[in-house]
Amino acid sequence: MTEDLLRELTPKVLGSVARRSGDFHAAEDAVQEALLAATAQWPTGGIPENPRAWLIRVASLRMIDHQRSDSARRERETRALHFGYLSASESDENADRDDSLSLLFMCAHPALSAPSAIALTLRAVGGLTTVQIANAFLVPEATIAQRVSRAKQSIKESSSPFQLPRGEEWNARLRSVLHVLYLIFNEGYVTSTGSQLQVLQLSDEAIRLTRMLALLLPKNGDVMGLLALMLLNNARRRARTGRDGELIPLSKQDRGLWVKAEISEGVALVSGALSSGSIGEYQIQAAIAAVHDEAASIEETDWKQILALYDILKRISDNPMVNLNRAVAVAMVHGAAAGLDLLDELNSQPQIARYHRLEAVRAHLLEMSGDRAGAIRCFRLASERTGNAAERTYLRMRAAEIAANPT
Amino acid sequence: MKYILMMNTMKAGSGGFDSWSPQEIKAHIAFMIDLNKGLSASGVLVGAEGLAFPSEAKVVRAGKNGEPITDGVFPESKEFLAGFWFVEVETPEEAYAIAARASAAPGAGGKPLNMPIEVRQVMSGPPEEFV
Repeated sequence: MTEDLLRELTPKVLGSVARRSGDFHAAEDAVQEALLAATAQWPTGGIPENPRAWLIRVASLRMIDHQRSDSARRERETRALHFGYLSASESDENADRDDSLSLLFMCAHPALSAPSAIALTLRAVGGLTTVQIANAFLVPEATIAQRVSRAKQSIKESSSPFQLPRGEEWNARLRSVLHVLYLIFNEGYVTSTGSQLQVLQLSDEAIRLTRMLALLLPKNGDVMGLLALMLLNNARRRARTGRDGELIPLSKQDRGLWVKAEISEGVALVSGALSSGSIGEYQIQAAIAAVHDEAASIEETDWKQILALYDILKRISDNPMVNLNRAVAVAMVHGAAAGLDLLDELNSQPQIARYHRLEAVRAHLLEMSGDRAGAIRCFRLASERTGNAAERTYLRMRAAEIAANPT
Repeated sequence: MKYILMMNTMKAGSGGFDSWSPQEIKAHIAFMIDLNKGLSASGVLVGAEGLAFPSEAKVVRAGKNGEPITDGVFPESKEFLAGFWFVEVETPEEAYAIAARASAAPGAGGKPLNMPIEVRQVMSGPPEEFV
């Protein structure tokens, strides 16, 4: 209870303290301390009447304490700030909204590397502790602490004030925010092994943060598209892995395990975004996921529609990954040979030539075309190239299955 | 005391995983999962990792100006490290016993592979009076 409330309040509180003080670095530390104090006190002492104001007050006092010990010279100015914080007891929805948005935008600052932006977003906006983030990524706590502190240092050095960018920069920054959220989702989605008992599901956290962003920017088609994409993929999460964490491909998944509520919400979101004329990468990817989610089986999937969507996606963003996925759709509509021809064109693209999925898709299409020896060879090659244990096992199994079942 | 147990597998393609049936692969993986669960439950497991296949691996040396000079790893030519366990045990014999269990993981026909597992003690920090 307390934790959910605290995490919901984190961006509002931090946004407010950072804006008033103009010092994001110090504000972030102070808010973490205030959250810890709340975690210790609220469960026994009860939740204060205005929890948001309580957190702002405690964080502000902590900040002032730190600044005092830093230098007495600044005392007069911190006293002035002090009164500013203490009067912040009334919640102002507009200010909260801008603060939360500023915070998300700051965490996706172009000066930050992707891992740093992810760690900072989860801490500053998600309200997670460094330990929780470290556990979710299965890395030592010091790694995440370093990423957070590097991120804060970069922001400090970039001398960008805590305010929303304007014009074209606003759009560019929103794209970075969406990308960071997408990476967080993918991290949770790809590494969820089933056997791994994770306290925190990063994919759920990414959905929570994207929902928050969707409330802040309710009419934005890209935000709706991303939220839809996450929900439509997440709906299949339980069906994607077996008891021992082994991968189960789309064609073999128990569709009864797919979460209907997430599918219908995702479909509604993506339909809304597309019908309002907002056609971006996330919306199209979500629309593709929706076609899969609404099919009763792999055979009944509307591959023609999927191919049409990939054609649009290729026009919006023509990159090797899109072309690789499109080759599957081409094979399903026009036959394996047509798909294989497209893969041959990708061999010369350095970004993807040694990527294991290229060989995995080739293996799959060779199997479709009846070239069993070629399929075995490519499944093995793909299994040697992947860095994911579950995926390696799956690819080796596929090679062994074809070898074991001569037809 | 801490030990690292290094599992070496035979040269790529020489009667290794490639010739196994799906059931044999499944049995091998189930064995490893079980072994790790057991080690974890009894509190001796510090960590265990499998390594990616060596075809993409490189041997690196520093050049004149400290720049990395890379050379391929040629998995066809030698045995390679496939994974390791890091265990905390009270006697070396305990570490040997764990290594023997891992070595006997089932392979083709469900027969134990008897893989070579190199067991090395991990050096501890300096004794207290030296600190």
